[in-house]
Amino acid sequence: MFELYGTELPSRLLLGTAQYPSPAILADAVKASGTSVVTVSLRREMAGGRAGEKFWSLIRSLGVRILPNTAGCHSVKEAVTTAKMAREVFGTSWIKLEVIGNHDTLQPDVFGLVEAARILCEDGFTVFPYTTDDIVVAERLLAAGCKVLMPWCAPIGSALGPVNMMALRSMRGHFPGVPLIVDAGLGRPSHAATVMELGYDAVLLNTAVARAADPVGMARAFGKAVDAGREAFCSGMLEPRDVAVPSTPTIGRAVFS
Amino acid sequence: MKLMVNGEAYDVATTTLSELLAALDYEGDWLATAVNSDLVNKANRAEFQLSDGDRIEILSPMQGG
Repeated sequence: MFELYGTELPSRLLLGTAQYPSPAILADAVKASGTSVVTVSLRREMAGGRAGEKFWSLIRSLGVRILPNTAGCHSVKEAVTTAKMAREVFGTSWIKLEVIGNHDTLQPDVFGLVEAARILCEDGFTVFPYTTDDIVVAERLLAAGCKVLMPWCAPIGSALGPVNMMALRSMRGHFPGVPLIVDAGLGRPSHAATVMELGYDAVLLNTAVARAADPVGMARAFGKAVDAGREAFCSGMLEPRDVAVPSTPTIGRAVFS
Repeated sequence: MKLMVNGEAYDVATTTLSELLAALDYEGDWLATAVNSDLVNKANRAEFQLSDGDRIEILSPMQGG
């Protein structure tokens, strides 16, 4: 178990719900991953349409916690209004706050992010900010009222995995008591295990599972990798060395010459 | 009255937000509404008076990452 904003969660994997081949595969992937939190969004509903109702009904049937996002918002105003609309529809104050600053990299507009976080925290939201691995920005987010940080490890959907290990290591070391969730850029289960071995508290991913040839199998693999990485971190890993050290005892070996 | 609803132009006779939703066949607890970029709560839709040129967003749950 680990805690996010006072809520105990059995799984350290948070899973997105977009891009799956079908609703049934999405449901099976969520179950296979073992996740207890899924991300959702809000989009325009067509007149007379019921797409939102069908999706919402499916998600509620999964028995997992909902983390709505503000994906696609490029301004503070858009993000704040979307968060308020999400709170009303989904009945939760949890919000994955995204304020996008660049169309190509989808990297956060960290200035807008901090401002939106401050507004939403003051309004009673429980904010999960999608941010960069910049420590100064992280400090501003904490000062704004965030108690969890979600740095990227590579651009959204890129599958590159952790491209700046030094920054991730530095962030973990700088905020030892803050829950840190790597959000975005993971491509393989080994990437998830790597950041968990660094001591990150959880990972949030979507595309790597949803766009896999077998999303259900990949969801299960990521669940295992997250658990493995966490257990390795807690078990104390050996530091790398530049010289060989024999693992078999040298004392008592036979001498034949 | 001319309105923009989810990015499309409409010319309607309705005066409140709840009347507009009914006229355009939007119904359900899973919808969220905003007028001119500000949330209008479900409880306030019936008395929310629309004005010519208002921009209305009607959103519902969707897949997200």
